[in-house]
Amino acid sequence: MTLNILWFILVAVLYIGFFFLEGFDFGVGMLLPLLGKKDEERRAIINTIGPHWDGNEVWLITAGGATFAAFPNWYAALFSGFYLGFFLLLLALIFRGVAFEFRSKIGSPKWRNTWDILISVSSFLAAFLLGVVFTNIVKGVPINANQVYTGTFFTLINPIAIMGGVAMIVIFMLHGANFLSLKLSDDLHVRAVKVAKTFWVTTLALSAAYLIWLVFNTNTFVEKGLVAMILPLLAAVALVLTRVFMGKKEGWAFAMTGLTIFFAVSSLFVALFPNVMISSTSPDFNLTITNASSSPYTLKVMTIVACVMVPIVLAYQIWTYVIFRKRVKADAKTLTY
Amino acid sequence: MDIVLLSRWQFALTTIYHFFFVPLTLGLGVFVAVLETMYVKTGNPETKRLTKFWGKLFLINYAMGVVTGLVMEFQFGMNWSEYSRFVGDIFGAPLAIEGLLAFFLESTFLGVWIFGWERLSKKLHAVVIWLVAIGSTLSAFFILAANGFMQNPVGFVINGGRAEMVNFGALLGNPRAWYLFLHTISSGLVTASFFILGFSAYHLLRKKDVEAFKTSFKLAAVIGFISTVLVIGTGHVQGLYLKQVQPMAAAASEAHFETQDPADFSLIAGFTPDGKELVWSVDIPRALSFLYYFKFSGEVEGINNIQAQYEQQYGPGDYVPLVALDYWTFRFMVALGFLMALITLVVWFYAAKKYPAKWSWLLKIMPIGIVLPYLVNTAGWILTETARQPWVVTGLMQTRDAVSPNLTPGTVLISLVGFVVVYAVLMGVDLYLLIRNAKKGLAAGDSDSEPLEVPAVEKKSGGK
Repeated sequence: MTLNILWFILVAVLYIGFFFLEGFDFGVGMLLPLLGKKDEERRAIINTIGPHWDGNEVWLITAGGATFAAFPNWYAALFSGFYLGFFLLLLALIFRGVAFEFRSKIGSPKWRNTWDILISVSSFLAAFLLGVVFTNIVKGVPINANQVYTGTFFTLINPIAIMGGVAMIVIFMLHGANFLSLKLSDDLHVRAVKVAKTFWVTTLALSAAYLIWLVFNTNTFVEKGLVAMILPLLAAVALVLTRVFMGKKEGWAFAMTGLTIFFAVSSLFVALFPNVMISSTSPDFNLTITNASSSPYTLKVMTIVACVMVPIVLAYQIWTYVIFRKRVKADAKTLTY
Repeated sequence: MDIVLLSRWQFALTTIYHFFFVPLTLGLGVFVAVLETMYVKTGNPETKRLTKFWGKLFLINYAMGVVTGLVMEFQFGMNWSEYSRFVGDIFGAPLAIEGLLAFFLESTFLGVWIFGWERLSKKLHAVVIWLVAIGSTLSAFFILAANGFMQNPVGFVINGGRAEMVNFGALLGNPRAWYLFLHTISSGLVTASFFILGFSAYHLLRKKDVEAFKTSFKLAAVIGFISTVLVIGTGHVQGLYLKQVQPMAAAASEAHFETQDPADFSLIAGFTPDGKELVWSVDIPRALSFLYYFKFSGEVEGINNIQAQYEQQYGPGDYVPLVALDYWTFRFMVALGFLMALITLVVWFYAAKKYPAKWSWLLKIMPIGIVLPYLVNTAGWILTETARQPWVVTGLMQTRDAVSPNLTPGTVLISLVGFVVVYAVLMGVDLYLLIRNAKKGLAAGDSDSEPLEVPAVEKKSGGK
């Protein structure tokens, strides 16, 4: 049983890691056409995440794999249930992934513009869909006694889920703007700070509205009491604090949007616990960390692997941020992509 | 069309497509690592340019492998939720470990490699590409450990209506998985060898960067021959093991219907339109026994016997896969495998003889040879996955019971058509980029980004 809790936490950690890291990747992608006017500027923007985006995306792959290994019934119900949602998410991630690699390989402005637009659109779409998915998991969807989803694609497209998608977009965009403020130089740097500052109010308003709506429209937060209520509040505090640091201490500003994501996503998982999917049909049909989980033996094996590997992965990923800590200049000679 | 059939088509097409990119990633990664190691040792700037040239093609190919791999990670749950519930306790573990141990390693360090030419020392930079190659190889092992379980389930018990892991060591030590792994990584090297031979030949024929491309040509000829022999060898022992653990699959690949001792080998054959029955066959007497036992006698069980056994064991039903498909993919694979061994041997000899001019026709045909490993790899997987049918996990679960029960044909049709269209477009773009960069020669490796063209309107002359 303890291992079931541990794996719930580990899966949560993988998703939080993914949202924290790929969150700014998505934000950078969304802002690409807006911030970068000339080709060199756009290249500089892409180069800020160039060494990292692929490694960041592995957090999602591993989160999916870990869900499969530790909670096969969760993996089965979620991915089959939200089928078309995940199909669209995959298409978005496919276009985004190849776009980074392909855009610089041909010099035609038309070619580059096409990929830039694809990067932006697919970043918006991926963020939106992830917001929709996670809101629906917490809010609850129709699931029958066999742990099978009984709704349709349109069941997923409900007002609060759409709001969740929008909140995900604005938070990632701000996170991305903060990342760019930290990583760009000269003109681009000034522009990134300006966008972050301008965009901050919208982000605060929309994401606060989402969290309040979610907290008071689902039973899960209220039932959990203080612990579940305090996390959204901390997310809001971090979001307010980021404004204080913008343009002055950019590392801190970025850390604060990172904390916002950390607290907000944690609050979703805390609200969910000990369920992994909530059935709106009947609470008896909820998928939980017990009825959706793998056997104790498999959990034990996976725990050993995770305890060894997660620290190693974290160490070398942090190392990559250390090597590429320098700000990126919009100067063709120093750019890779 | 029902959801099982549509889901099978989607899985088959997305997986075959994914596997267009994987073998080249596996093999070319090793080549790039070898070349960069040579550069570190000699300090020759030409070798660095060569490393970057093949490295760039590696990256274009790698991107496609990554994004199509994402689909693989999700679609077990999307289309095969009953399968995921039934084997998740076992099957999920290698997938999760693949992420933790392999994907993180290859993806993170590939980013470092691309952007780290100026920031890391020469040696460290070469170590980084080796880490990428090790990561890819590890990922091949874990996904094949998962597939090995589907072929030959080991280390489990059935408990509460699902398969549960009781022996992780048995899962990783599954001989079926190891044969698949050795066969797959050597075919990755073959794929990369033909890729390098083809594009090197293209440039040698045009007398461009001759010294550099002779280096890669010869390297690919040597590694290509050795790995083709390895592919054939591992393929053969895999076939022997297949007969033990999946006799139906082995018999189907030979269209061997009646149990015989000594057993004849069918060279070519004709089938009924449904592909399930033999109409005629040209046989080599005793040869099948020889292949299995290395002597001209020995019993080889036929499809009809095995079918009768399975009916007793699992109840009434059709346990015979699509024999004609397995028979022909097998023959196609074996024939092209030997052809590739011959080709690599000839070009090795050609390179060793200092590229005599009267043999330069070889350089003309090698670019066409690039497609050979792709055809063989695809045939191999079609054989492996269809010869197991009707089982999704041999003896434990049938494919028709594995599908997600909540799906409708319309839903699966949307995703199937969507994937096919998107994948077709991306294949076009990917091939265009690969060929364009490959044809440019070493210059293509100098920079990762092509300079921006000045739009025609900005040119005063308006010439273009």
